[in-house]
Amino acid sequence: MPEKIILEIARYSPEQDEKPRFESFEVPVYKEWVVLDALNHIKDKVDGSLTYRWSCRMGICGSCGMMVNGEPKLTCATFLSSYARNGNKVRVEPLRYFPVVRDLVTELSDFLDKLKKVKPWLIRNDKEEPPLSQGEFLQTPEQLENYRQFSMCINCTLCYAACPVVGLDPVFVGPAAIALAQRYNLDSRDQGAEERTALLAHPEGIWGCTFVGECTRVCPKHVDPAGAIQQYKIKAVLDWMKSFVMPRGHNDSDVHNQAAND
Amino acid sequence: MSTTRQPTINPAPAHTEFHPRWYRPHVSVYWWLGQWQYLRFILRELSSVFVAVFVVITLLQLRALRNGPDAYTRFQHWLQTPGAIALNLISFFFVVFHTITWFNLTPRAMVIRLRGKRLPDFLVAAPNYAMWLVVSAAVGWLILK
Amino acid sequence: MERQSNEAFFWMLFSAGGVVAALLIPVHLFLFGLAFPLRWLQPPAYAHLTALLKMPLVRIYLFVLCSLPLFHWAHRFRYTLYDGLQVKHLNEVIFTLCYGGAVVGTGLAGYLLWNIA
Repeated sequence: MPEKIILEIARYSPEQDEKPRFESFEVPVYKEWVVLDALNHIKDKVDGSLTYRWSCRMGICGSCGMMVNGEPKLTCATFLSSYARNGNKVRVEPLRYFPVVRDLVTELSDFLDKLKKVKPWLIRNDKEEPPLSQGEFLQTPEQLENYRQFSMCINCTLCYAACPVVGLDPVFVGPAAIALAQRYNLDSRDQGAEERTALLAHPEGIWGCTFVGECTRVCPKHVDPAGAIQQYKIKAVLDWMKSFVMPRGHNDSDVHNQAAND
Repeated sequence: MSTTRQPTINPAPAHTEFHPRWYRPHVSVYWWLGQWQYLRFILRELSSVFVAVFVVITLLQLRALRNGPDAYTRFQHWLQTPGAIALNLISFFFVVFHTITWFNLTPRAMVIRLRGKRLPDFLVAAPNYAMWLVVSAAVGWLILK
Repeated sequence: MERQSNEAFFWMLFSAGGVVAALLIPVHLFLFGLAFPLRWLQPPAYAHLTALLKMPLVRIYLFVLCSLPLFHWAHRFRYTLYDGLQVKHLNEVIFTLCYGGAVVGTGLAGYLLWNIA
């Protein structure tokens, strides 16, 4: 017989509950089980009404993020056995600071809206798209390395659940969105850095961040959003000093054009 | 005009087919007590208070120096009171905490690349510590010589 | 545009002050706050310190040592109050108190160091 463990799961039914309550379920602990396996076991065998998001169960879709014992975790990558020793109770809650739709499901439209606002796609200034015969935009390994780390983000929103500023200041753009903005700012093919500045170099953007550093610690993909934000702060200060020395006409797009033509 | 009072703004329906009633959690005023990392963060930020305390004491010391040897002796006696020692001891721990956290966070904010490779964190942080030692030794030598 | 420029400026002061505080304050605090009062080390004579203060470079150094860390404090303390106490609606009052304090401290440091020798 496998060891047993108690999962305390936050339940919230918008039709019945004023606020979330906890329900305990006893589940077996197999060596190879992750928290998500236990949730699936409950839904299949015990209570089919338990609601949560999941898809790939291999740490790339980013939909199974939950608070496990108060820590934002991908439940598909968090082994149950690593908690089995500690008092045999594990708390599973929806990701912190997000509105809760039902049980363990959070409402993401606010995050998706912020994500869209930082324009996380390649922006080009070309009048017309260059003809296909011209070939692809080539990139050296060094140019790729400049942004590769930030491109690993899977939008799992664990960093939002880790960041107290997100909870305290709902207008803060937040870690993942800024890291993804930097992913494109640092891409040699992109020319949209200037366009993104309006939102990023703003009290609601990078200046809202107080460098708690929790986003980086909990990130399952080692994206380092805190680093992205501080690096952008330094860049914003340098830009500010540049604009002070040369009040008009510092233009980065020449550099980008050159890089693209190389 | 009617006798029954109508609310001017209809309250949002408790739930609709596509918009169920969401539960919106509230952040406690004591959020920074809930987690060790948050507490550590607040302590790091509060180190700035002790930085300010140091500046105030330094300004008082400069004033005493300006007011002559007697004033300076009186100031030195004040520094020897248990209260001043305790304050400076606490300040010292916080200021060193600031130094260590500040140096350790620089590799996050500064990306230094050497031949296309990003320098490992400790190589970015180490020069800070080296500089700290050199500068401290120089200041100490100037005051003590 | 105006506000974002200001934030960059204040953050620059904050980080410059942070560097100065990290590098220099521990040794000063250790010597004058602990080692001399507790007689772990022989405190320097009054004459030695005033001789040092006669050098313009020392006075500029002390001015920087007092001023920038105050702006470092103003920035951090402002955000700690916003977040720790959730009083962002008092934004302007807190801003004025913090930076006002830093400016007054800087002024005092300038006045004292100008008149000291």
